[in-house]
Amino acid sequence: MTALVEARDLVKHFPITRGIVFQRKVGAVRAVDGVSFAIEHGETLGLVGETGCGKSTTARLLMRLLQVTDGSIRFDGEDVTHLKGARLKAFRRDVQMIFQDPYSSLNPRKTVGSIIGEPFTIHRLERDRAARKRSVQELMEMVGLNPEHYNRYPHEFSGGQRQRIGVARALALRPKLLIADEPVSALDVSIQAQVLNLLRELQSSLGLTLLFIAHDLSVVRHMCDRVAVMYLGKIVEIGPGDALYGMPRHPYTGALLAAVPLADPSRHGEQRRLLGGDVPSPANPPSACHFHTRCPKAQELCSLEEPPLEDKRTGTLTACHYPLEQQEMAQLGLRVPG
Amino acid sequence: MSDEPLLRVEDLRVEFPTEDGVVHAVDGITYQVFKGRTLGIVGESGSGKTVSSLTTLGLTRRQGARISGRILFEGRDLVTCSEEQLRAIRGNEIAMIFQDPLSSLHPLYRVGRQLIEAVRAHRDASRQQARARALELLGLVGIPDPARRVDMYPHEFSGGMRQRVMIAMALANEPKLLIADEPTTALDVTVQAQILELMERLQRELGMAIVIITHDMGVVAETADDVAVMYAGRIVETAPTGQVFAAPQHPYTWGLLRSIPTLERPRDEPLVPIPGTPPSLINRPSGCHFHPRCAYAQPDHARIDPALEQVPGAPEHFVACLLEAETRLRLWQELRAGRKPEQAIADVGLPEAQV
Repeated sequence: MTALVEARDLVKHFPITRGIVFQRKVGAVRAVDGVSFAIEHGETLGLVGETGCGKSTTARLLMRLLQVTDGSIRFDGEDVTHLKGARLKAFRRDVQMIFQDPYSSLNPRKTVGSIIGEPFTIHRLERDRAARKRSVQELMEMVGLNPEHYNRYPHEFSGGQRQRIGVARALALRPKLLIADEPVSALDVSIQAQVLNLLRELQSSLGLTLLFIAHDLSVVRHMCDRVAVMYLGKIVEIGPGDALYGMPRHPYTGALLAAVPLADPSRHGEQRRLLGGDVPSPANPPSACHFHTRCPKAQELCSLEEPPLEDKRTGTLTACHYPLEQQEMAQLGLRVPG
Repeated sequence: MSDEPLLRVEDLRVEFPTEDGVVHAVDGITYQVFKGRTLGIVGESGSGKTVSSLTTLGLTRRQGARISGRILFEGRDLVTCSEEQLRAIRGNEIAMIFQDPLSSLHPLYRVGRQLIEAVRAHRDASRQQARARALELLGLVGIPDPARRVDMYPHEFSGGMRQRVMIAMALANEPKLLIADEPTTALDVTVQAQILELMERLQRELGMAIVIITHDMGVVAETADDVAVMYAGRIVETAPTGQVFAAPQHPYTWGLLRSIPTLERPRDEPLVPIPGTPPSLINRPSGCHFHPRCAYAQPDHARIDPALEQVPGAPEHFVACLLEAETRLRLWQELRAGRKPEQAIADVGLPEAQV
């Protein structure tokens, strides 16, 4: 069976221009720089990475909110890379997004009922008012909101509830793919679990396929079947959660895991090797392997030849000439159960 | 480590009168901070953690706060100090760093100038001396190529570098106490690790006391010697860090520990959220402020407001909870083994929450 989503060699460059009257292109921010992956029906794929890695841009490319600079996207067997007009609009019903900020992603001047019902309006569905109200209230119940609050405004809800409104809106058209872009980072810790549990329940009851984007590695590990790690516009490692977290092969994956603060004070003081320096600018990424300037294992080859994303026979696909060995993981201070 | 606390907060209360009523932001908290040690204050929105630290430096006065209680810093009560006296202490003996360095650094002044200002506000130094100190500070916090960076603007730095600059400014006059309010929340995880390590190293070198305010239990575990958990303007639990993680006593602390996924626990172990939302600080719940969200609450918990009490057998561990110590121990053992609250309640033989 074909995957629901097949992204091949996606590239997105944002031009940097100079000049006011005549704009010359003087460079480009290489936000997504050759990314390929698939999302299977019914799975949750996690996309992790730090600021500037291109994960949000990748999501927007999949949704066709941005036009690709190069590469292709196949959705449910169809090439959607260059869809336009009515066919693009039809595609939009199948892919929906939940956003990070529950405060700016809801129109403050619309009632909740109107916000959740807006997808119906846009796609000219459920034109009967009573039927639409019922559908919206059903969605509200599905996400744990009181359907009687149909006529309330966003400011009358808490952050967690607003995020639920966003989820209800995203589900209105029963999309095939739901993209959650940092859905819980702006919420209080005690509320995060509520929304994460909700997403999991809905995924299983509605048979959703989920692309889950986050910077919090623990959250991604909990929610996702497979995880892709991005750095400066490229996927550096991708594979099943257990393999990636248990035995990361790419030095950047290892560095990310080693940096997560450990909620176990009895292990405080254990040696950890921290990643130094800053992420280079995506307008001017290092040559060949983008990570080589910060990589503790970098050798000359790394700045000359870009490593392909391939199977190293350890469970994940890794783009690295000198992937991590067992004893190096211990040196990094990785303490994830294998 | 000395025996006398560097900072001692005693029964601090901070209220803000508003149109909708009085906001009880901080409702009687007591804690102390020792030289060379780190206190972690954990809490979520509306817990009062930020207001209590801002009040330490008198930064809530302008907002019409009604403050009572004492904040003793080396014998002086900061609550009664004049604005002039506080100004001499801010950025000098007590320094503070905030969550978002981009909004805390002045965007229109070069970084060097801001550092120089911090130095010259409290010391009699010539511009050259202050500039030399600025370069020294940038080096101290690990900013590469300080001679070039000192004349750059904040927006030319990355998030992690800006936070280092903030730390440099805070350390300019070798403060005895550093208050860090969510210092790494806005930063990437690898940068967070660098900043926390930097703070720890500077603490060792300068013997500073640190108060770190955060919602992240991992950060607390990594950096704090002692922990105070705040909820609805109160401290509900406090103890040395190891004890809070090994034997947490308050259901809210349990909730915090059980509702976040960690890398150490099994991947698909269910998260146990704390139901409901943080309470209004204007109309707080009666009795124990946490009872509406507590799975283990009993009928009289809606009437009685628990005070902080010592946990039997743990002289440094205090908790404000009406459940029996023995019951709490057994409940936590159940939760830690991965059981859900309903199961834990049944296993321990506690009547189900009536509220």
